[in-house]
Amino acid sequence: MIYSLCLLLILVGMYGVVVSRQTLKIVISLLIMENGVNLLLLLIGYRAGGMPPIMDSGTTVTRFAAAAVDPLPQALVLTSIVIGLGVLALMAALCVRLYERYGTFDVTEMRRLRG
Amino acid sequence: MSGQSVNLLPLFVVLPLVAALLTQLIARQHERVAEWLSVAAMLALALLSIAAIGRSGSYQMGGWPPPVGIDLRLDDLATLMLLAVNGVGFAVSLYAVDYMRRYTARSHFYGLFLLLVTGMNGVIVAGDLFNLYVFLEVAAIASYALVAFGTGHEELEASFKYIVLGSLSSALILVGVALVYGMTGTLNMAHIAARMSGSDLGAPLLLAFSLFIVGFSFKAALVPFHAWLPDAHPSAPAPVSAMLSGVLIKAIGVYVLARLLFNVFGASSTELGLLRWLGALSMVVGALLAAGQHDIKRLFAYSSISQVGFMALGFGLGTPLGLVGALYHLVNHAVFKSLLFLNAGAVEYATGTRELRQLGGLNRALPVTGATSLIGSMSIAGVPPFNGFWSKLIIVLACAEAGYYGFATAAVLVSILTLAYQLKVQRAAFFSALPQALRGTAGVLRGEPRMMALAMILLAAACIALSFAVLGGLRRPWLIGAAQEILSSGVFGG
Repeated sequence: MIYSLCLLLILVGMYGVVVSRQTLKIVISLLIMENGVNLLLLLIGYRAGGMPPIMDSGTTVTRFAAAAVDPLPQALVLTSIVIGLGVLALMAALCVRLYERYGTFDVTEMRRLRG
Repeated sequence: MSGQSVNLLPLFVVLPLVAALLTQLIARQHERVAEWLSVAAMLALALLSIAAIGRSGSYQMGGWPPPVGIDLRLDDLATLMLLAVNGVGFAVSLYAVDYMRRYTARSHFYGLFLLLVTGMNGVIVAGDLFNLYVFLEVAAIASYALVAFGTGHEELEASFKYIVLGSLSSALILVGVALVYGMTGTLNMAHIAARMSGSDLGAPLLLAFSLFIVGFSFKAALVPFHAWLPDAHPSAPAPVSAMLSGVLIKAIGVYVLARLLFNVFGASSTELGLLRWLGALSMVVGALLAAGQHDIKRLFAYSSISQVGFMALGFGLGTPLGLVGALYHLVNHAVFKSLLFLNAGAVEYATGTRELRQLGGLNRALPVTGATSLIGSMSIAGVPPFNGFWSKLIIVLACAEAGYYGFATAAVLVSILTLAYQLKVQRAAFFSALPQALRGTAGVLRGEPRMMALAMILLAAACIALSFAVLGGLRRPWLIGAAQEILSSGVFGG
C-alpha cells in the first residue's frame, strides 16, 4: 500500500538521523522524514480520480463534495512545508557556524557538553 | 462550553507578534525604544491575562465557524497557563533590559523573545490540533535560535542537538495530527472529542495517541526523552533559560499532554499508568543527576526535569486531588525556576562564572540575588510555608489517597534530595567565604543592576503570593481549583 511507503520514508529518515555522524547528513535525513510526513498528509485527502478542489460556477456543492479531493490537507501541507523551510534554514545556518567553530561536520568530535 | 465570544483572545497572539516585528523595525536606530517596547508589550499581555480570569468562551478568526475557520478557546485552565507564561515573561523582559547589554545584536533577542511568547500563547489558546502544531513550531524555532544566541562552541552544539531532537519530535506529532484527521475527519479538538466519545480508539488512533505522548514527552523533557534539555537550557542567555525552563517545557509539553489526555482523547488507565511511571522516573533520575552538577545552570536544568516529573506524576494519578497538585506545582515551578535561573544569571553577570566551586560569599556583594535565591531554593525544595511545599504536599497526599504508597514515598525522598542540592548551591555560592580569585574583582561586585533586581524581587514576591492560593482549601486552591475542574470534567462535550 502507498501509505506504508510513506511510513517507510519516515522510518528511513529516522534511521538516518540516528546513525549519521555528519551534521549535514542528519539535516538531510530530517528532510526526508518531513517529506514523508507531508506526503502522508496529502494522501489522506487524496481521492483516486477526484477533481481539483476549486469551486467554479459550473459545479454544485453536492457534486463538489462527492468528487473533489479534500482541500484541507493540501492547505496543511503548504503550511508544514513553510515551517520545514524555516527549520531547514536555521539548521543549515547552525551547520555552517558549527563548521566555523569546530572545523568539522562530524558530530562525534563536538563533545564539549557532558554529564 | 459556552458559545460566548471572547474578543480579547486574539490579542494574546497578535500583540506579541506585532511587537516582535516593530522591535525589528525600530531597533537599528532606537535600541532603547525597542527594549522598552518589549517590556511594555509583556506588561500589556500580563494585564490581559489578569483580565481574562473568570472568562471562558471562544473566538472565531474572521467570523468563520469552527469546521471551516480557526477558533481560539479560553477556559480556566488556559487562563492559568496564560497568567504563568505572561507573568513570568514580563519579569524576564524587565531583567533582559540590563542583562542583555553584554550581547551584540540585542535587537534580534527582543524579536525572538516576543516570537517565543507568541508561540506559547498560541499553543495555549489554539482550539484545533493543526494550529496547535503551527504555534508549537513558532515557539520551538524561536527557542532553537535563542539557545544558539551566544554563538560559542557550546551554544551551537547544544542548539544543534536541540533542533535535531525537536524536529524529530515535531515530525512525530505531525504524523499524529495527520492520522487523527484521517480517522475523524476534523482537527477541531472539541469535535474530535465528540466523534470519539463512547467508542474505543481504533488502532490508527491509538498509534496517533502514542505518537502524541512520545512527541510531547520530548517537548516536556520527561526522562527517556530528556537528553537535549541539560545542554540547551544552560547554554541560552539567562533570561532565555528562565523562559525555557520556567514556562516553555510546560506550555508546549506538559500542558498539551494534559489537555489531549483528559479533554480530547479521554484518558484510559493504561495511559495514566504510563504517565505516572514516566513522571516518577523523571523525578528520581533528574534529582540524582542534578545533585552531581557543579555548574549552577546545569544543576537547575536537571532539577527542571525532576520537577516536571512531579507534574507528570500528579497528572498520571488522574484523581482531582492529583490534578490540583500537578497544576499547582506547574505554576509554582514556572515562578521559582525562572527566579532561580535569573539568580544564576545575576551571579554569572557579576562574577563571570557559573562554576559552583569558584563561587562563594556572594551574599554581601549581591544582596538581592542572595535573598531572592534563598526564597527560590526554599520554595523548590518544599520548605513550609513556601508555595512549593503546598504543591508537593498535595501531590504526595494524592498519591497516598489513590493507594500508590510507593510513588508517595519516592516523591518525599526526591523532595529531600532537592533540598540537599539546593542547600549545596546556597552554601557554595552565597554563604561560604568569598574566594581569593573573586576578591581581585571586587570592583565588579557592586550589586545587581536595578532592573535585574526588580525582576527578581517580583518573582520572589510571586513565590510568596502563590503560597496563599492554598487558603482556598487543599482541594480547591484559588484559580487552580477551577482549572482542575476543566480537566476532570472529562472530554469536551462528553
